[in-house]
Amino acid sequence: MTEPILTLTGISKSFPGVRALHEVALELYPGQVTALIGENGAGKSTLVKVMTGIYQPDAGEIRVRGQVVNLPTAHSASAAGITAIHQETVLFDDLTVAENIYLGHAPKTRFGLIDWQTMRREAQLTLDSMAAGIDAGMPLKELGIAKKHLVAVARALSVDAQVVIMDEPTAALSQKEIEELYVLVDLLKQDGKAILFISHKFDEIYRIADRYTVFRDGEMVGKGMIADTPQGEVVRMMVGRSVDQIFPKRETAIGEPVLAVDGLSHPTEFEDIAFAVRKGEILGFYGLVGAGRSEVMQAVFGMTPVSAGTITLEGRAIAPRSPADAVEAGIVYVPEERGKQGVITGEPIFKNVSLPSLGKTSRSGFLRMAEEFKLSRTYTGRLDLRASSLSQNVSTLSGGNQQKVVIAKWLATLPKVIILDEPTKGIDIGSKAAVHEFMGELVAQGLSVIMVSSELPEILGMSDRIVVMRDGLVVDTLDNDGLAPETLVRLAAGIVEDAA
Amino acid sequence: MNRLLKTRELWLALAILAVLVLVTIRFPRFAQPGNLLTIFNDTSILMMLALGQMAVILTRSIDLSMASNLALTGMIVAMVNAAFPMIPIPLLIAASVAIGAGLGAFNGVLVWKLDIPPIVVTLGTLTIYRGLVFVISGGAWVNAAQMSPDFIQLQRGSFLGLPILSWFAIVVAALVYVLMTRTPQGRAFYAIGVNPTASVYTGINVGQTKFWAFVLSGAISGLCGYLWISRYVIASVEVASGYELTIIAACVIGGVSIAGGIGTVAGALLGALFLGVVNNALPVIGVSPFWQMAISGAAILIAVVLNARGETRKGRVILKRAEA
Repeated sequence: MTEPILTLTGISKSFPGVRALHEVALELYPGQVTALIGENGAGKSTLVKVMTGIYQPDAGEIRVRGQVVNLPTAHSASAAGITAIHQETVLFDDLTVAENIYLGHAPKTRFGLIDWQTMRREAQLTLDSMAAGIDAGMPLKELGIAKKHLVAVARALSVDAQVVIMDEPTAALSQKEIEELYVLVDLLKQDGKAILFISHKFDEIYRIADRYTVFRDGEMVGKGMIADTPQGEVVRMMVGRSVDQIFPKRETAIGEPVLAVDGLSHPTEFEDIAFAVRKGEILGFYGLVGAGRSEVMQAVFGMTPVSAGTITLEGRAIAPRSPADAVEAGIVYVPEERGKQGVITGEPIFKNVSLPSLGKTSRSGFLRMAEEFKLSRTYTGRLDLRASSLSQNVSTLSGGNQQKVVIAKWLATLPKVIILDEPTKGIDIGSKAAVHEFMGELVAQGLSVIMVSSELPEILGMSDRIVVMRDGLVVDTLDNDGLAPETLVRLAAGIVEDAA
Repeated sequence: MNRLLKTRELWLALAILAVLVLVTIRFPRFAQPGNLLTIFNDTSILMMLALGQMAVILTRSIDLSMASNLALTGMIVAMVNAAFPMIPIPLLIAASVAIGAGLGAFNGVLVWKLDIPPIVVTLGTLTIYRGLVFVISGGAWVNAAQMSPDFIQLQRGSFLGLPILSWFAIVVAALVYVLMTRTPQGRAFYAIGVNPTASVYTGINVGQTKFWAFVLSGAISGLCGYLWISRYVIASVEVASGYELTIIAACVIGGVSIAGGIGTVAGALLGALFLGVVNNALPVIGVSPFWQMAISGAAILIAVVLNARGETRKGRVILKRAEA
């Protein structure tokens, strides 16, 4: 058996009031992918920060090839051969690809100045070896998120990292881009790198990982070889109970169209969009990343001006020119990026929930905090929000609970249509099930739900009808009745029915 | 977070007390109530201005034009008073608030509708407003002899043993406190400072909220324009020149985060009071002006360091800060 490159033992880390990690251990082997599995809040991100020198552990040992190392800074971690590719890539938009790859370790001329030619050439060689199809001289901002990941990988290769940490690298990628990433992971494996792969998606883990380590509540609860372990057992370790990944079955009477959109166009993002969502219906929007789904929703929500088209709500034409207009009309939007667009981090839960309803909770222009608490308690209670108190700062909540805060905020405005943009992206299985169950309850109460999602099981499990978008156009609207996943993928990717 | 802010304000109060004690040791009569009230009265204008600046800074903006606004509004009301002494002073005060608010609204519109960074907008209006003082006055002064007795005397009168000027500060502080903590508008100031993107998605008009912050800082600047002129009984082009930095310093010392979203009325008041004590008390014991400046500067740096530590303790990690 090979020796691990990186060994962590007895790592503990606490923050005021929270024990993030308690005596956890982890080994990473050369040429193997180890999946780090755990619900949100299990301590995965904290461990990554310990490994990359951003946090200092309170106790424990980090060994690289048997040597105890200290990682007081991010720089020392990268010097020790540990590099991380983050969920949202940490790269510099205004620099070129080559500069991004060599930032901090650029080749020097004999005068100690940056050797631009060598840098550009080496960067291009690395990119070509990955078949990335990227010109090293391009500014990074011209690349899509998937290509940026490739640049991050190229950077990892160029620093000669021995340990590559991939923190939910596929969260923002389309199916095709994910396949390309798998190829890259194989490339890194062949190169003898030890890879730590963090993901919430089991199909992914079972596809590419060799080993797994499971965390729960800051402790390591299991590890082993992926090949020897059925999925159910890993899920059980992760949640401490077995969870059915079954979507809640619900019976709702679907009524009249509530929101109808016709001929909606935007100069660059989408064109001639038409769809209608009915009372008590969940309308799924499927497509690849960049198909224009979120852009359409933002236009309906009044964030983006449109160049043509009509929006009709309950038979009345509306033209929301700001989110406030849309909320007033009864359309709310739960955005994709929780941390940036959803919650006001740094403010307590109750202030987040009451923010769009302050008109309702105030009297003659003055806030009444008792009312705000009442409102927040009502709606967060319905979502089974887990928090010590409603005065708790939302930044201390897990992703799943933050999402509940955003949804509670909107429910309190008594909307007619709720748009959920990737509602369960990057949140743990337990919270996912809660959000799904709640969507069922919403439609049962007569709301209309539009759900933008790139996860096939979710789209197929939850939607009544599915709108498929590609390149800013609606390709098809399908009844979700025995629909095959392949049909959706084909439509979304624009693959013509092939003979095979 | 609230607890932290409270302790920070407590420390600031203790620092002010420490300066007072040090001065009193050297100069026992200093701590007499009458003298302390004088210091409070002397600091009233700075306290009000700091509150206006705080509202703007909360929204991730800055208002560099406050002192110029003050000078321009002050010059206008002084010239009106000199030309038409029969106009009642309460009306002039209302006019100064309105003029100031108008000048603030000009800043606000540029920030809101044209999306120009606030520092650039107010750097421009700082110069424009100061220039207008010269244009309307032709560089001439309005002095005590030209002002009506009421104009000068009103804020010198006293009520319940406190000078009227102090009452202005108390009333403005109370109003701003209510605005900040008890109204949806106040909540919006904090929300867009903490997370402007999420605020947009929540239906808050970020530009409009900034606009109102500028109107508030402008209105306070205008009011202080009258108060300043009537207190120092001279209206000139040089009035309050460079004072905008003192106002910002008071905010920073008071724990108002330049990054937006964090700050309290009590903090801004104590920040102003600290500068007031340093500038009023130190000359008494013969500390040179240079050392006064050094102490003010050190206070700013210490406050910034404490604020930064306070914010990291809240759980903000290094990486997040680097990403922001």
